Amino acid sequence: MALVLVVPLILIVSHLVIEALPLLSWDFLTTNPTAGMRKGGVWSALLGTIWLVGVSLAVAAPIGVLAAVYLNEYARDNWLTRIIHLAVVNLAGVPSIVHALFGLGAFVIFARFGRSILAASLTLAVMTLPVIIASTKEALAAVPRSFREACWNVGATRWQTIRGIVLPNSISGILTGVILQVSRAAGETAPIMFTGAVFFKRIEAGNLFAYGIRDQCMALSMHLYTVTTQVPDVPHALPYAIAVVLLGTTLLVNATSIALRVYLRSRKKW
Amino acid sequence: MLADERLRSSKAAAGRRRWETLAESLIEAAIRFCGVSAILFVFGIFFFVFREGAGILPKLDLVQFLFSPAWYPTSVSNVRYGVLALIIGSLSVTSLAMVIAVPFGLGAAVFVSEFCGQRARETLKVVIELLAAIPSVVWGFIGISVMNPLIQHVFSVPVGLNVLNGALLLALMSVPIIVSIGEDALKAVPDSYREASMALGATRWETVRRVLLPAAKNGLLAAVLLGVGRAIGETMAVLMATGHSINIPKSVFDPVRTLTATIAAELGEASSGSPHYQVLFVIGILLFSITFVVNVTADIVVKGLRK
Repeated sequence: MALVLVVPLILIVSHLVIEALPLLSWDFLTTNPTAGMRKGGVWSALLGTIWLVGVSLAVAAPIGVLAAVYLNEYARDNWLTRIIHLAVVNLAGVPSIVHALFGLGAFVIFARFGRSILAASLTLAVMTLPVIIASTKEALAAVPRSFREACWNVGATRWQTIRGIVLPNSISGILTGVILQVSRAAGETAPIMFTGAVFFKRIEAGNLFAYGIRDQCMALSMHLYTVTTQVPDVPHALPYAIAVVLLGTTLLVNATSIALRVYLRSRKKW
Repeated sequence: MLADERLRSSKAAAGRRRWETLAESLIEAAIRFCGVSAILFVFGIFFFVFREGAGILPKLDLVQFLFSPAWYPTSVSNVRYGVLALIIGSLSVTSLAMVIAVPFGLGAAVFVSEFCGQRARETLKVVIELLAAIPSVVWGFIGISVMNPLIQHVFSVPVGLNVLNGALLLALMSVPIIVSIGEDALKAVPDSYREASMALGATRWETVRRVLLPAAKNGLLAAVLLGVGRAIGETMAVLMATGHSINIPKSVFDPVRTLTATIAAELGEASSGSPHYQVLFVIGILLFSITFVVNVTADIVVKGLRK
């Protein structure tokens, strides 16, 4: 049974990498797509993904961590907590295309952000919020209660305890969850399709600030979709190479999170 | 002089304390606000999707919407908004995916939780996490570039973008959820159950079948439900792999179009505010409601397990 999981993963990844090999190089990452996206690299898409993920992280991480602090440190076991819990569960289960509709209705149209990195990132932020809340909550719950009690006993207030004891002792677990958010946000296509990502946009290669927050942008996931389904006569290896870059990004981020977790668990003192 | 200074410093300390109290209450307010933000977002999603789609609701014949297979949103003379074919498209792909994923997922959960050693378990869990991390658009690409020729070749059918292709992808995508939630459910069964069963002379397999599976059945059911929720809501993979044809499938080799894929494929072409655009938002409300029910049910089932 377990082999059923391992074998496809290895087969799929190795197949993608083998087919992509002719194109994979450093230049592929740092040059812009040319000739109607049939030649060149993925720079503009890669940079767009970095921007989208960065902005969404800046919004979702504080809200998510504070929400988890509330749920784990402040909330009593009552109806409100129960409803919040249900809301988090549901938020995690909302289909990504419904998030796209929400982002279009709320951020693009209602808030008048237009189709932009801002609107797309906010959509991604709402989408990844439950991931951060759930994993942060788990990290906070892993801090022994006796730590908090000791701190309260020396006269610290609730927030002082959280800031001085709870957060420092759970920062590793929190980071793991935040990193997972990054990997999820980087791979999503549907939520950004109608809120800020475009098929093609010409930007300056090598300039990290070629996009502004109100600009539309390209994204790796969207680029893979476009090149696979919308562009005729694409060289065989190109979509494979884009897929490998996208997959490499998300798996690398994930592997970092897993490695961090394993390392910190081995170091844990209690 | 000394008294003066002491007075001043105690005043400063009092000021600082007041400032700290203020800062602390501000931070606590922020924390409380973020705490309830999840509720706001869920309502916000429903509200804004509803707001965009509301315009068409008075004109929409709900019976025709739900039970007519005729979906001609851009027709000039004969506009029809029937989503039956799309619902059946979603259901066919999802149910076939579950037929494939549930046995493998639950089997793997049992294996990971009961039969394998510590090292193998850690490795498998990492593999499952990585499998879950593959973006859906990459799955869609795999559907087109790997599964499509494979299905054509194995079953000698002319086109490989069909129900089977989408279902295979969705199965691979939902197995990680089923395994991890299912494993949690099995782990929640107290060891004393296992010991009691072993003491009666039951084999490991008998213990699993007669003791653990019944004891963990709620959690396992929740695992399956969450897998279903994931599969119904999945967009990019089914958009790319199921072949873009709106009809009620007669076999697993027929192409279909799901609810999610329809929104993704048509929203870009529908002009903002047009009836077509609004109907796509109504489909969004429908999807939101379906996943809402599935997720709440799964949550209630899990809660039942804890009691």
